[in-house]
Amino acid sequence: MTETVTMAKALTLGLRRALEDDPKVLIMGEDVGKLGGVFRITDGLQKDFGEHRVIDTPLAESGIAGTAVGLAMRGYRPVVEIQFDGFVYPAFDQIVSQVAKMHARSKGDVPMPLVIRIPYGGGIGAVEHHSESPEAYFAHTAGLRVVSPSNPVDAYWMVQQAVRCPDPVVFFEPKRRYWEKAELDVAVEPAEPLFAGRVARPGRDVTVACYGPMVRTCLDAATAAQQEGRDVEVLDLRTLSPLDLDLIADSVGRTGRLVVVHEASVFLGLGAEIAARVQERCFYLLQAPVLRVGGYHAPYPPSRLEEHYLPDLDRVLDAVDRVMEF
Amino acid sequence: MDTGDPRELVQLLTPEGERVHHPDYDVELTDDEYRGLYRDLALVRRIDVEATALQRQGELGLWASLLGQEAAQVGSGRALRPDDFAFPTYREHGVAHTRGVDPLQLLALFRGVSNGGWDPHEHNFALYTIVIGNQCLHAVGYAMGVQKDQAESAVIAYFGDGASSQGDVNESFIWAAVFNAPVVFFCQNNQWAISEPLEKQTRIPLYRRAAGFGFPGIRVDGNDVLAVLAVTRAFLARAREGGGPGLIEAFTYRMGAHTTSDDPTRYRLASDLEAWKLKDPIERVRSFLWRQQLADQSFFDGVEAEAETLALRLRDGCRSMPDPGPEQIFDYVYAEPHPLVAAERAELTAYLATFAGGHQ
Repeated sequence: MTETVTMAKALTLGLRRALEDDPKVLIMGEDVGKLGGVFRITDGLQKDFGEHRVIDTPLAESGIAGTAVGLAMRGYRPVVEIQFDGFVYPAFDQIVSQVAKMHARSKGDVPMPLVIRIPYGGGIGAVEHHSESPEAYFAHTAGLRVVSPSNPVDAYWMVQQAVRCPDPVVFFEPKRRYWEKAELDVAVEPAEPLFAGRVARPGRDVTVACYGPMVRTCLDAATAAQQEGRDVEVLDLRTLSPLDLDLIADSVGRTGRLVVVHEASVFLGLGAEIAARVQERCFYLLQAPVLRVGGYHAPYPPSRLEEHYLPDLDRVLDAVDRVMEF
Repeated sequence: MDTGDPRELVQLLTPEGERVHHPDYDVELTDDEYRGLYRDLALVRRIDVEATALQRQGELGLWASLLGQEAAQVGSGRALRPDDFAFPTYREHGVAHTRGVDPLQLLALFRGVSNGGWDPHEHNFALYTIVIGNQCLHAVGYAMGVQKDQAESAVIAYFGDGASSQGDVNESFIWAAVFNAPVVFFCQNNQWAISEPLEKQTRIPLYRRAAGFGFPGIRVDGNDVLAVLAVTRAFLARAREGGGPGLIEAFTYRMGAHTTSDDPTRYRLASDLEAWKLKDPIERVRSFLWRQQLADQSFFDGVEAEAETLALRLRDGCRSMPDPGPEQIFDYVYAEPHPLVAAERAELTAYLATFAGGHQ
């Protein structure tokens, strides 16, 4: 029994199930109650689970993350929503200094089973601070796990798996894909674990590794490349920390070519880490240098320029051409 | 929740347009100045209405309406001297008007052709700040600079009821108090932080928080332009004279949605809106001007015509605003040349050149 759902709806259903499955699960954030969040991800949850479990917080992100730490110490599993990527920075101190380190400092006595949901990325024509991709800051921090679903089915299962994870999970939701649809079967949980990537499209000639909002873009690029006789394999990484390096190395071992794509700026982004690891593991198998396609070393531009900042089908194909012609 | 003592609300003009008096605060204005305030209010509302329409027509990506907050902004903006400096949120279109910022520059921001829009030093009006509450610390720092320069200027920091929960805002209160900075914190309490009503941010009236930080706080009828002007003038004068910071809570109401992306019917009652419509900040000034025979129909017709002309200029100016070129992504990232930025700019230029007919 499947139903057609958007990613936004899939997340709502996943959170609903998490609330049903574990009475210790709480949802906290700005406007998550009656409004259901600015993207309606928590739509209807306060009505059904009550104000004691779905909590409209004061407008203060440090407070949201900091009180989540205390609630986790008391045995709750807070799932907090940061309204937009660019608003997470007031919470950065609590996340990096406290959330990430508590388990290690307490020698495991104080786990931090919380989930920090962040709608991220551009492509929606938003004003400043509403289109950023800050995932590398968090992946750079030991103690945090970082994941990003690319489609409704993953969103539904991954958010529940993140809630069950005993470590803190920063959960990046590609906001421009919130309205894309897929068939969801809520009865069958996929066998693959949360912290594993997946071959989204098999191919023989070149590997394109991506995650979150870029998976759709890269799949479209692969379809276009097919018409030019190039068989592109697309990896949906799903997890950014830990990275599923076996998946990437296996694919690159077969294709000999790798392009990494993300919206975040290329300089010191996830692509830099992936490229470094791949050359360590696949040096003799590589037919071309690893190329990265991503944002520039510039503040996210005003919305009328974002099409030039964001990787699109053409820029991905351009990189594919370059690794093929090397 | 303690909603405050209504007797503590400073008001000089009732919703019916009747001039009333307060023992501590008053303004004596010339007839021209009274008419000027009406003109400001009417023009600011027209800017707002036009921008909302432009967003609906797809010309702006977003608009944050100030509907209902015109008096709080015009009254406080007109209390400033040219040498004073204002730090706005993203909704201070009325203050921008009083600082001489061309509304087209506001539209540039919301259209998505700029992340800034104007030169803060030209108008002594900082860039809009979207991250909630950040600007309050900037205001205090600027005020500390004014103090070090032994200048007799004041600084005003705008923020909202939602922002009052932010760490930055509370830290700015502490800094201002400790350094006796010449800054006035101007809180437009419009009752709503997107969907969250005031009681999600506070259990006491916001102006009373000032006492705990060690400076005076006051609540003013935010829909009364005369009261806002009087109180803000007094607080700015006190700050300029070395009296230190103060907090003004302008009690008002966000008549529109949070932004054009918001749907307030999901979380608040239409009856609240109706009640606040009776307290409209512009109607009461119009009644006052009529009542005092300070203006006649030709004056109101003149303001209306001026507002229409302004709206037309905004409409045409917005629609003909050119998109920036792609390479402008790299402009001004640093003050001095940066090799990575230069390399990426060259990369984008070369890439765009591969599209014979131009990209997209």
